[in-house]
Amino acid sequence: MLKDFRLEWRQRAALNGMLLYVGSTVFVCYLSFSLRGGIPPAPAWNALFWIILLFSAVNAVAKGFLQESRGRMLYYYTLVRPQAVILAKIAYNALLLLGLALVGLGLYLVILGNPVQNVPLFVGNVALGALGFASTLTLVSGIAAKAANSNTLMAVLGFPLMIPMLLLLIKVSKNAMDGLEFEASQSSLLTLVALNMIVAAVSYVLFPFLWRS
Amino acid sequence: MKKNWWKALTVILLLYTGVAGLLVPVPRLAILNETIRNLYFHVPMWFGMTFILIASVYYSMRYLRNPTPELDIQSHESAKIGIMMGVVGLATGSIWAKYTWGTWWTNDPKLNGAAIAMLIYGAYLVLRSSFTDEQQRARVSAIYNIFAFATAMPLFYILPRLTDSLHPGAGGNPAFAKYDLDDAMRAVFYPAVIGWTLLAFWLAQVASRISLLKLKVYEKQLA
Repeated sequence: MLKDFRLEWRQRAALNGMLLYVGSTVFVCYLSFSLRGGIPPAPAWNALFWIILLFSAVNAVAKGFLQESRGRMLYYYTLVRPQAVILAKIAYNALLLLGLALVGLGLYLVILGNPVQNVPLFVGNVALGALGFASTLTLVSGIAAKAANSNTLMAVLGFPLMIPMLLLLIKVSKNAMDGLEFEASQSSLLTLVALNMIVAAVSYVLFPFLWRS
Repeated sequence: MKKNWWKALTVILLLYTGVAGLLVPVPRLAILNETIRNLYFHVPMWFGMTFILIASVYYSMRYLRNPTPELDIQSHESAKIGIMMGVVGLATGSIWAKYTWGTWWTNDPKLNGAAIAMLIYGAYLVLRSSFTDEQQRARVSAIYNIFAFATAMPLFYILPRLTDSLHPGAGGNPAFAKYDLDDAMRAVFYPAVIGWTLLAFWLAQVASRISLLKLKVYEKQLA
């Protein structure tokens, strides 16, 4: 499994592109808000941040399976168990999204101002979000890669599946922005963790069937 | 006749629901008034949808173990009937909301959750239509079906419980819950749930039979 992970890591050419993608999106948001003078109001700030993360996550993860050539898939197939592949993909995507999210958050805080009062909670929430996006989108990108119009399908399949997660994430990050104490968001965070675990477990069970084709 | 007793039961239960649901006296609650009768039509839709979607997931799991076109058709048709029940549930709820809340749609966790779940299953239909190879379509959509079920059910049964809601049964609103129903209503509500659920299964069975026959005719033409 570690080896597979390293294989993933080797083709990180897209990483710089993704970083630039996040950076330029944040900057575009800044420019469009600066027309009206200054930083957006807190709810808009929050919503904008998660929309940026959502779209960059879909773009970043979609590359995972769509870029693989048929030959390499076959090579993996002979080499490792499918469970190892999906775990490695999820782990890689989680790290990738975590990096992207943290860089994006940093840029976002610098350029668009920092209304967050409980920063550790906010950052932890972002990390959980990155994990959740990774585990949901990895299987979806695997499914979409099998179909004909995979790019559209990726968005159509992925967005509704991520909405439950997104709702919880936005709620917790709003709590963190308002500086509420940890207890206020505890149950949401627990649900989030449980949701992540469900999705990852289902991916783990289902992926071997997808892999076989 | 021995195998079809449940169809007769469906007809009897639904006739009973239709007649008793509209005629039996109901408790007078403020604002709700007579619209409480929607309980017999709106709520059972969600019960029926959940059960038929569970059946669909069950067929999908069996398909992954043992790929046959029959199982694929059964799971697909069950999911379609589930979507239909969901849409009817949204429609009945929306009409009810117009008369009690004064609007067709409000920004409420339960309503949004139901709508998103319909989107998830809409994506299932899109996914199915974007394959040309039948076996691959069957397998991939079975996988997505199971995955979608695992993410859609929290929308219905977990998330709305965490937040306050305008919807009956939450946030201190007059609820269609156990403690609000009187015995007369219960005597109609439980048969209604069973009746609509059985109807969903009946519809799915008929639909799968038709698709299976179409498949057979198609194969005959090819041969």
